[in-house]
Amino acid sequence: MDQNEIRRLEVLARLDTVTDPELDESVTALGFIKDIAIDVAGDVEISFRLPTYWCSANFAYLMTDDMRGAVGALPWVRAVRPRLLDHMYAEAINEGVARGASFKDVFGAEITDDTLEALRLKFLRKSFQRRQEAVLRALLEVSWTPAALVRLRVGELGALVLQAPEWPTLRQRYVEMRTRLARTPLGGDDPAFVTLDGAPLVPERLVAHLETLRAVRLNMEFNGAICRGLLAARESAPDFTTQFPSPPP
Amino acid sequence: MAIFRRRDDAMTMTREGGSARIATDHDMRRQGAPGARQGNRETIVYRTKSGEEIFIIDGHVHLWDASPENQRNIHGKQFIDCFYGYHSALSPKEELWPKAKFEKYGIKTMYRDLFVDGPDDMAIIQPTYLLDFYKKGFNTTEQNAAIVQKYPDRFILNGAFDPRDGERALDHLHELKESYGVKGLKLYTAEWKGSSRGWKLSDPDAYRCFELCEKLGIKNIHVHKGPTITPLDRDAFDVADVDHAATDFPNLNFIVEHVGLPRLEDFCWIAVQEANVYGGLAVAMAFIHSRPRYFAEMIAELLFWLGEDRILFGSDYAIWTPKWLVEKFMAFELPEDIRKERGVDLSLIAKKKILGLNAAKLYGIDVEKQKKKLKTASNKMAAD
Repeated sequence: MDQNEIRRLEVLARLDTVTDPELDESVTALGFIKDIAIDVAGDVEISFRLPTYWCSANFAYLMTDDMRGAVGALPWVRAVRPRLLDHMYAEAINEGVARGASFKDVFGAEITDDTLEALRLKFLRKSFQRRQEAVLRALLEVSWTPAALVRLRVGELGALVLQAPEWPTLRQRYVEMRTRLARTPLGGDDPAFVTLDGAPLVPERLVAHLETLRAVRLNMEFNGAICRGLLAARESAPDFTTQFPSPPP
Repeated sequence: MAIFRRRDDAMTMTREGGSARIATDHDMRRQGAPGARQGNRETIVYRTKSGEEIFIIDGHVHLWDASPENQRNIHGKQFIDCFYGYHSALSPKEELWPKAKFEKYGIKTMYRDLFVDGPDDMAIIQPTYLLDFYKKGFNTTEQNAAIVQKYPDRFILNGAFDPRDGERALDHLHELKESYGVKGLKLYTAEWKGSSRGWKLSDPDAYRCFELCEKLGIKNIHVHKGPTITPLDRDAFDVADVDHAATDFPNLNFIVEHVGLPRLEDFCWIAVQEANVYGGLAVAMAFIHSRPRYFAEMIAELLFWLGEDRILFGSDYAIWTPKWLVEKFMAFELPEDIRKERGVDLSLIAKKKILGLNAAKLYGIDVEKQKKKLKTASNKMAAD
């Protein structure tokens, strides 16, 4: 493997950590990344395409900026030039992110007061709720009682074995978000399941809690299905999750 | 005569007469008596197993022209491309249209898809102007009027206003009433206009329009609150403004199209508070094919919060055609676990209300009278 190929894989690995906030999945797995060009000086150009021309500018900006940050963290990278393709604000976003401008700097006059940070947090929280629901429902499915659920500790959850093939992924994705949103470093003795505000769950409130989580999921699933559908239609490829082109021989 | 029988036999669609594919604008179907032959005329009657007719008002259809000749700029192209994406993403494979047809399908095709090949008895035709994207507009009231004038018993023509037009918006409402006698409007709060990227139902200028609507008897306000297409951030589809308008105008009905998705819980919350808020199923309905479990959960939420009297069917034609949507909806049953958890059911009565009776109530359609009217027109045409 030559150096360029190694660097390419490093860039890809960094991009794996960048997620589409609405779909809660990485931009690489979603097939957004179309091309990566690396020059000898360490400048990286990332070409990518979103499901539609109309994807909200704030989401597009967030992902573009996250890509710049993630790839820019590699020691050999001198500059990151994101190249968002076929988007109504492609030019403004590419130019803005490349010079490190904020979303508000670029779109100031046309946006309401939501900052990207607030947006980022909002979607982290949604993702936490969605991932938690999946784990709770998987446990309820195998007859866990509300009382046992609320008593479960982070360490115990980590050791729990379930038959369902998706269990390890569900758990890992939930624990990752539980850790990210915890106010203090998470220990094995901390409760596995808490509310958005970090309060422990109580058995009597579990049904209502699940209702809240379901509402979040129904909305996210709607967006997710639409975005995935639009993306697939745009790529005219039914199997859009394997879009990333294999490296040249 | 061909009979399409669903696997579960929940519903039978009867096609009488032959040559389904050569249907013309003069074909009239829907003879009351099943089995009666009408030469080459065809009839489709949606019936339940027990023979009960289902009267269908499609609450959301469009007659658009998005052909390249009408596109004003790249936005016009990208807009219809995105619609085509919706069409491709959620339609059954055998229902997919070629792109050129999707861009511009015309009156004949529309009539056939809704009433000849499709199960609709009536349809509410909604405008979407998009004058910034399309030279003659995407689907204006004036354009829609052409098909309505041709088939007045089949369509309910809705108008629109843009409060950013100020006085002209009020004049336009008067015109809509005088020229077309509209009873409803479709409002698109995310539409661009010059440097504006949208407006809210609670804006003072919008309130002046609603006051006039009350006076003119334009009672049904359909509002597009659904998936994001144009806005820079999501606020243009925030449903909170519906709450204000619905409270302040209790004599108007607010039909939230696309049931506020992706803000279903906000929408449900508002609908619980406001008795004059309804949910339109356009777009949401299409999930019934590719994601039936999702559709079940969503419709169960609506049945739980709003109840079966405040949900309206809409195909969003030509993004989707009503034939497969209605077939699948009639055959659909809520899974047992969802039924139990939510304590609701999608019964036959609920289906009938959603498919037509709720819209009939809002628009003052006497269903029995209308059926007779359509039948008489059909017999008359058959005799000609």
